[in-house]
Amino acid sequence: MTNIHRCWVYGDNVNTDVIFPGKYTYTLKTPEEIASKALEDLDPTFATQVKAGDVIVAGRNWGMGSSREQGVTSLKYAGVNCIIAESFSGLYFRNCINQGVLPIVCTGLHLTLHTGDSIELDIANNTIISGGKHYSFSPLSPSVQKIFDAGGLLPMLQKQFAAAK
Amino acid sequence: MTGYTFVEKALARAAGRVNVRAGDILDIQPDVMFSHDNTAAIRRIFEKIGAQNISRPERAVFTLDHAVPAPTTEHAQNHAEIRQWAKAQGIRQFEVGRGICHQVISEEALVLPGEVILGSDSHTTHFGWLGAFGMGVGRTEMAALWATGQLWIRVPETFRITLIGKPPAGVTAKDITLRLMKDKSVGGGAYRAIEICGETLQHWSIDELPVMPNMMAEFGAMSAYIAPDERVLEYVHARRARAVQAADSDPASYRFRPYEPLYPDTDAVYDEDYTLDVSTLQPQIALPHQPDNVVNLSEVAGQPIQQALIGTCTGGRLSDLEAAAAVVKGKHIRSRLLIIPASSEVLLEATRNGTLATLVEAGAAISTPGCGPCMGNHMGVPASGEATIMSGSRNFKGRLGTTDAPTYLSNPYVVAACAVAGKIIDPAEIIGTMEA
Repeated sequence: MTNIHRCWVYGDNVNTDVIFPGKYTYTLKTPEEIASKALEDLDPTFATQVKAGDVIVAGRNWGMGSSREQGVTSLKYAGVNCIIAESFSGLYFRNCINQGVLPIVCTGLHLTLHTGDSIELDIANNTIISGGKHYSFSPLSPSVQKIFDAGGLLPMLQKQFAAAK
Repeated sequence: MTGYTFVEKALARAAGRVNVRAGDILDIQPDVMFSHDNTAAIRRIFEKIGAQNISRPERAVFTLDHAVPAPTTEHAQNHAEIRQWAKAQGIRQFEVGRGICHQVISEEALVLPGEVILGSDSHTTHFGWLGAFGMGVGRTEMAALWATGQLWIRVPETFRITLIGKPPAGVTAKDITLRLMKDKSVGGGAYRAIEICGETLQHWSIDELPVMPNMMAEFGAMSAYIAPDERVLEYVHARRARAVQAADSDPASYRFRPYEPLYPDTDAVYDEDYTLDVSTLQPQIALPHQPDNVVNLSEVAGQPIQQALIGTCTGGRLSDLEAAAAVVKGKHIRSRLLIIPASSEVLLEATRNGTLATLVEAGAAISTPGCGPCMGNHMGVPASGEATIMSGSRNFKGRLGTTDAPTYLSNPYVVAACAVAGKIIDPAEIIGTMEA
């Protein structure tokens, strides 16, 4: 089964300070507030125009820098459930899994797309279809897939703690 | 059968395994886990998990450092929640003014050579300077660590960086780190552990040793490591001895556990090797807005600077303050110079040895130990268009709180020289020569 997603396309080395500025990290708490600052210093049009189901398509080293989870949750609360990049910062990749946002490592895609273009995503077959071309990506490793399938680290632990009671 | 890298040994120990290899996925129990101003937010996640008490509370540490003293009522409320939670759970908590998590935990010898420390802060790679495995984690991961005491990890491959040659006078660990960024780019260390070795390390002061491990966060690395030498082991020994003598310490407590430094085997296998000869390196500067946008200082001399900052976990130690004092001594600064010591211990020693007096006489402003404006919260947020040069590690757009304010990164001599001249300048032009 494939789903069609609208893309927001960015380059290499997009850092967490421009994804979610550090000055907001201790004071903004609600999902609406956090989503309203997503990509504030990268693309001021994003937060007002993003729609549920949109995906990010980026170059190398997406999410480098800070450990702040709002780098992922600001996008998640804005409706983004999948980020496709040539590569991710290790910390950002972990934060994605823990928040139930799918990180897809796929090369050669972001330079062919512009913001507003659409792609087809076939997660079951690890394939992206764009401009008539098929791009395959590696599935998550089994231990990581387990956390993702639970909806993230928090829901997984909630189940474990509820079962232990 | 080849030998083991440092991370393979350290993570095997933390997982209770005899041996592990790069690529293995483990559940590890860290020796220390810490959080800072984000502690209250982590508590809210922790409570959603359904856990009641922090598992292994003796291993948890809280610091207040990212926005101290509280700049707004909301920040003050955040700190109040953290103090209350520390008291309720019996967690060691350091107060406003004690300093930045990485510096304070080092000074207090709360993590030891060969150990594993996880912190909800990306610069946790810092602890490689003590020969420990340090890795940053997200808030949900810290909540999971509090709840279960353990976390999954993939054992990383190791990228070995060998530094050769004696650095010229005025070329510090910061310049060498910036040059590495330029050569290999941000992301050059992605997904990997970094081992830093070579003859150059013996020319670094003990205050300089953490600089490169700290900035391995910008390099994209999971962790960093420097084999602890006699100086580092003596530092740890002295700190522990001091803590044992303190009235509130119980020598039988977890804090004074035995430890064993770990060293890589000589036949360990490395994923990549890179050698950097520093013997002819010039002072380096990172231009806006990325730490690998690095050039020789001389290429950008003359650019106007409105604010200079000595501080942060990367560049706020005593040797950084002393370097700045050596440059500004007997002069008066043209642009603002902010001095934010990394800890109260740094502040105290700089007060005692006259460094602070030299800086204040030259016109510098001194602030409370902590992260300062390096998160954009307060204490030196620039106006639109104002250029800042700092001894810190991140010059991403908006990092200091203002989107259209350019930030430069350099060594503390250069930062202070720029304050004196009001523009980017080689410190040798201010003090005549960099030879000590």
